[in-house]
Amino acid sequence: MRTALGLVWTIAWKDLRCELRAAGGIITMVLLGFLVVLVFSFCLESAARESASARSGILWAAFLFPGLVAVGRSFEGEKEVQCLEGLLLCPVDRSLIYLGKLLSSTILCWGSGLVVLVFFTALYNVGLGWEWPALLGIMLLLAAGLSAVGTLAAAVTVGVQARGALLSVLVLPLLVPLLVAAARCSVVLLGSEPWSGLGLWPVLMAIYDVVFVAVGIAIFEFVVE
Amino acid sequence: MDDLVRRRRSVLAAWGMVTGAIMALAAVAALFLAPREGEMGEVQRLFYFHMPCAWVALGLAITCVFGFSIAYLVTRNLRYDRIAAAAAEIGVMFTTITLITGSLWAKPVWGVYWTWEPRLTTTLILWFIYVGYLLLRWVAAPGHKRARLAAVYGVVGWVDVPIVFLSIWWWRTVHPRILGSGGFAIAGSMAWVLALCLAAFTLLFVYLLVLRVRILNLSSLLAEREAQAEDEGVEK
Amino acid sequence: MWKAEGVGAVEVEGLTFSFGITPVLRGLDLVVERGSTLTIFGPNGAGKTTLLKVLAGLLVPTQGSVRIEGMDAMKTPTALRRLIGLISHQTYLYPQLTGRENLEFYGRMYRVADPRREARSMLEQMGLATVMDREVNTYSRGMQQRLSIARALLHRPRVLLLDEPFTGLDHQARGSLASLLGTVGDEERTVIMATHDIDEGLGLSDRVAVLVRGKLALETGAPPWERAAFLARYRETVAGDGGDASSGSGDGGGGSEGGGGSGDDRSGDGGSGDGGPAARGEVPPA
Repeated sequence: MRTALGLVWTIAWKDLRCELRAAGGIITMVLLGFLVVLVFSFCLESAARESASARSGILWAAFLFPGLVAVGRSFEGEKEVQCLEGLLLCPVDRSLIYLGKLLSSTILCWGSGLVVLVFFTALYNVGLGWEWPALLGIMLLLAAGLSAVGTLAAAVTVGVQARGALLSVLVLPLLVPLLVAAARCSVVLLGSEPWSGLGLWPVLMAIYDVVFVAVGIAIFEFVVE
Repeated sequence: MDDLVRRRRSVLAAWGMVTGAIMALAAVAALFLAPREGEMGEVQRLFYFHMPCAWVALGLAITCVFGFSIAYLVTRNLRYDRIAAAAAEIGVMFTTITLITGSLWAKPVWGVYWTWEPRLTTTLILWFIYVGYLLLRWVAAPGHKRARLAAVYGVVGWVDVPIVFLSIWWWRTVHPRILGSGGFAIAGSMAWVLALCLAAFTLLFVYLLVLRVRILNLSSLLAEREAQAEDEGVEK
Repeated sequence: MWKAEGVGAVEVEGLTFSFGITPVLRGLDLVVERGSTLTIFGPNGAGKTTLLKVLAGLLVPTQGSVRIEGMDAMKTPTALRRLIGLISHQTYLYPQLTGRENLEFYGRMYRVADPRREARSMLEQMGLATVMDREVNTYSRGMQQRLSIARALLHRPRVLLLDEPFTGLDHQARGSLASLLGTVGDEERTVIMATHDIDEGLGLSDRVAVLVRGKLALETGAPPWERAAFLARYRETVAGDGGDASSGSGDGGGGSEGGGGSGDDRSGDGGSGDGGPAARGEVPPA
């Protein structure tokens, strides 16, 4: 068990290190998130911008764009230098490779989401009390689910043409439950409603994450064999 | 061998005829024999068409995609992959019909073509999943690799559908319900007509599936033979 | 005769593999004794790269069985990969990581006891100690090749697979690889090499085989071989079994690549076509 976790972390660490050193990758993602916030803000009238549901729409759109890019990159890097084969040569269970990729892509999505949230907070006067860490928590649940489904879809679409768009088309319909839940939570948090309004939504998100991580572990070996 | 082929062909033809007859009967029953629904009037007759289509799309087709995807992953028999593909194609068709008839139903009953009703919304999401599945098949080259990847997406998509439904159902219960449920009590004679329609569409689904699978089988056989011929040509 | 005796480190039986519907390997049988070096020649598209990828566990056979050191590739694929090292024209290195990080990463993945020390000693052996803290994308092609050899040997594989190992190697890497292969017999390490390079191939191996259209067509016994005699037999085999007879066998000179080579290229044999027959000492394609 300890060695398995160690291997997962080794793979994730390698991915993150490559990603940090690759010129511009993360910066581009974060800027994309900023721009989504700006574009949506221009589209909405000032009164509409005040509503909690409009703001949470902006937040999740700004999270999702860079998130999808991040998920797509998790195998693009391997493919570029043909390292996926090198990884598959290793005497490591395929499910650990999936978990490693899942971990690095979750950290990447969440990290870029964090920066976007800071920017969003500055522009939209988000309360800095407990709402802020709560939003971060929701964001983590969303990032994990996005990565669980996205890592599978990214592996499925390695090497096909027009991959970026196809990846989004495959992932977004599957992500609907998470997005609905995240939107509900953020409406409560951004609208200063009582927290009881959150209800079971975070639980639904957690269940979604667990289900799709389990599916990914079970099925990933079929994707890369 | 020829005998077997001929017998299969005649079974299929008979199946087609029976399906056609029951479809016709169901149409007559839905349009003329079923009682006029009091509140909604003639529009309600759409239901005899809409609901069986939804049954085929959300019940039969996606279960076939899931089941035969698993069967492919376990046995590695490309025949199962072709059945899953055929089921997905039929699924897209019936999901589209379900969405269109649903909108036509919604307009007179609720006054809008679209409402974020859980079943309707889930059907829309399902449509995207089916189309994504077919897109994936379309861009990848035929063979075991494509079969594997498509099967993976088929399985993931199937797992997702109930969660989608649950989330949208919750979502709608949070929002105020402006619109009524659009439901009605099914009278005894209505139930009979509905059962007939469901049977007809189930037969139709199986018939279409078998036909489509046969076409896919034949075209893959053709590709195989062509590759073989080319192969032997090189050898000589 | 060598098939029957001794323990096979690699035993392949009835191996068939197809990409989509085109078969690349067709019922191939092969036994390689422990500690021996087998070189496989063959025209482009014959299936050399595919065979090595199946042996390395990257591709799952459509039919047939593969046993390595007595372990069944279908039953224990993960444990089996631990025994194998693959050197190919792909380096499998991460350009954003340093040489040392690359080796330490692979060392951990292969569960080498002390990845840091092993990586360091490997880097020194390959003459890369001075550049080990530079990112790999600053390395020359030759340095990357040497690091790639280090990567494949780090976990001391029992079976070493080499796919066109001499293509694109610089002089230093060529020397270290050749001397490395020269000493492998002592370690009971089994080597299977696919190559176009007839001099290196004949010079380094105990056995030679020719792969034509997915089957082993010619297997020859122990060294030494006479280069000219082998070449003649090679041409005969390739022309008779697979190639384009009309252009291949008539005048066995060097000018036959136009007709025969192109027809065979289609079966998707990785990137083995890049070298080309132009260089001295390479086996001409069918």
